[in-house]
Amino acid sequence: MNFLWLIPLLPLVGAVLNGVFGKRLSRGAIGAIAAGSVGLSFAVSLTAFIQMLGIPEESLPIVQNYFTWIQAGSFQANAGLMLDHLSGLMILIVTGVGFLIHVYSTGYMHDDPGFYRYFAYLNLFMFSMLTLVLANNYLLMFVGWEGVGLCSYLLIGFWFKKQSATDAGKKAFIVNRIGDFGFILAALLIFWTFKSVDYVQVFSAAATMPADQLGMIGTLTAICLLMFVGATGKSAQIPLYVWLPDAMEGPTPVSALIHAATMVTAGVYMVARSAVLFDRAPGALLVVAVIGAATALIAASIALVQTDIKKVLAYSTVSQLGYMFLACGAGAYAAGVFHLMTHAFFKALLFLGAGSVIHGMGGIQDISKMGGLRREMPWTFRTFLIGTLAIAGVPGLAGFFSKDMILAATWHSPNFGKILWAVGLTVAGMTSFYMFRLLILTFTGSPRYSHHDVHHVHESPAPMLVPLVVLAFFSVVAGYVGLPPALTGSHEPIAEFLHFPAAPAVEGVEHASIALEWMLMSASVLAAGIGAYVAYLFYVLRPDLPGRVASGAASLYSILTNKYYVDEIYDAVMVAPIVVTSRQFLWKFVDMLMIDGMVNGIGQTVSSTANAFRQIHTGYVRAYAAWILFGSIVIVAWFLR
Amino acid sequence: MIPLNWYLILGAALFLLGMLGFFLKRNIIALLLSVEIMLNAVNLTFVAFSSRNGQISGQIFVFFVLVVAAAEAAVGLALVIAMFRNRETLNVDRSNLLKW
Repeated sequence: MNFLWLIPLLPLVGAVLNGVFGKRLSRGAIGAIAAGSVGLSFAVSLTAFIQMLGIPEESLPIVQNYFTWIQAGSFQANAGLMLDHLSGLMILIVTGVGFLIHVYSTGYMHDDPGFYRYFAYLNLFMFSMLTLVLANNYLLMFVGWEGVGLCSYLLIGFWFKKQSATDAGKKAFIVNRIGDFGFILAALLIFWTFKSVDYVQVFSAAATMPADQLGMIGTLTAICLLMFVGATGKSAQIPLYVWLPDAMEGPTPVSALIHAATMVTAGVYMVARSAVLFDRAPGALLVVAVIGAATALIAASIALVQTDIKKVLAYSTVSQLGYMFLACGAGAYAAGVFHLMTHAFFKALLFLGAGSVIHGMGGIQDISKMGGLRREMPWTFRTFLIGTLAIAGVPGLAGFFSKDMILAATWHSPNFGKILWAVGLTVAGMTSFYMFRLLILTFTGSPRYSHHDVHHVHESPAPMLVPLVVLAFFSVVAGYVGLPPALTGSHEPIAEFLHFPAAPAVEGVEHASIALEWMLMSASVLAAGIGAYVAYLFYVLRPDLPGRVASGAASLYSILTNKYYVDEIYDAVMVAPIVVTSRQFLWKFVDMLMIDGMVNGIGQTVSSTANAFRQIHTGYVRAYAAWILFGSIVIVAWFLR
Repeated sequence: MIPLNWYLILGAALFLLGMLGFFLKRNIIALLLSVEIMLNAVNLTFVAFSSRNGQISGQIFVFFVLVVAAAEAAVGLALVIAMFRNRETLNVDRSNLLKW
């Protein structure tokens, strides 16, 4: 399969064309190049995927080494691509959702003066993301990893004249750098341990290695934890999640593509890709599960009270990513990747729907100033409703199956499985509540905006609506690749397809009774139902209730609206000391006193010495003669000594 | 034959005279004359040593010194004229701008 390189390279060509010539091209041409290159990439991905399905599983993965990228001593990194079921699924998600969002963007960004710049960045992002997913070694993955971080920064700060946007971009970049540092340390430790960074070699070495080898578990745990540090940065988990809500300053399609569907799932992909390593480091797995569950809970609780339509979705994304890590931590990588896929569809749909609302409202994002948009924007409403049902876990839609698979796997996890399951279930209820709250406040009831502020609420144009409909379709059907055993009597097709090495937790599922399956399933449906009903009660039946609850639990409410004061704590604990140290020590002491002091001191020494010596230059000829005499006497005395 | 010491004492005396003249006089022409006296004191010493040691190199040095002295006199006197045109004086202490 020699054409694999086309998949990442086509968007790169698009990025270069748009970046270099974009200024002189018409908007139609720019959009065609950008969306077309990604569309072609999708077609190539689909071809590759179908061809891969025809190949027997023993001969997977397909590895294509194109050239030696780095060769230094025993260290070697190839520029090579690897296609197996996991990366095949990922490229389909990335190029498929990416293509739809490119099409949507041609409508959403139509009047923006930075049209070509936007598409150049977006194509560059696609290139980086596909490199990340297709790379056949950790170092090349790191290139993609950094590339998506860069594009994320560029696109968050896309409207760079807005101070808050540039600040958010910088915040995202710096926070991500912290995580990336963990990633590169993990890559170095992998090379140190396995003498290679190539996936195939590393995984086979790890798989055949005796498990009780002295110190090996410790090393593997360190590798996995460092990798997970990288994942917390990129995938917005505790403690590095703070950048994602701020990243909503970027254009909405960017939020949909980068900060919901693809880039933020890179951490999940990395953990799933390194499943062989994680399976041998139970301690690291537990950390992943606990962090995932905690992130899911905390982010969901913040989302309960947000009033910015995009902020709700942002915290929801953080929460759902926590779900994916919870699944990975329970050893159910397939469930994590499955949720990654369904989440890519319905969260992209929700974000694009939100973008459509913002577009129609002329830039207003505050849901307390919306209401009744169902009449003006019927198609946006219908698709948004499907997205909401999917994420809330209503049976029959995609989110239900993936969430159910995660919860079932968590229940069977030997490490605090029941507690983590309870957390996950709570989060499911909260998710349902805040999504229905969002839906009700935005689309139903009577308008709360004045026509003085919003002149002409209108439905979005076709390029924006078609992707919504397509994504809504997949938000429904994508779940059916993961029908639970209780319904089919066998393993989930998706789990069979991804065939991760069976972890203890997954083996537990096999022995689980069908009755337990039904019980767990009905529990999650019940949680979703309760969440939805409470939202209905709060915002339709008894609109006075939210205010009373807020004033009744005022302290809790203010903690939530202030997002647990995490930003403030980070400011006080991390940022302020760095600023103070930089200002008082590095600037005032090191720079001004030591470096400037050294330079100025040399200058002053020269100048004061010269001041002393210039006294001998009196200007009198005979004085000079006297100095000559003096000098010759000294020289003669020296020779006569 | 006159002993070498006498020549050396005469040379030293002439050199000292020239030096004193250089430091004590203010007229620039007198300074030039003093320099010439010092140069010739040196010449005398060169010749004396040359004769005593039977080596020709001392006398060749004298030729060089004479050439330099001639050139110095030519340039020096030209400078004196230029200086007088500017300053209307021959006092070297009045030409003291060359400092700092």
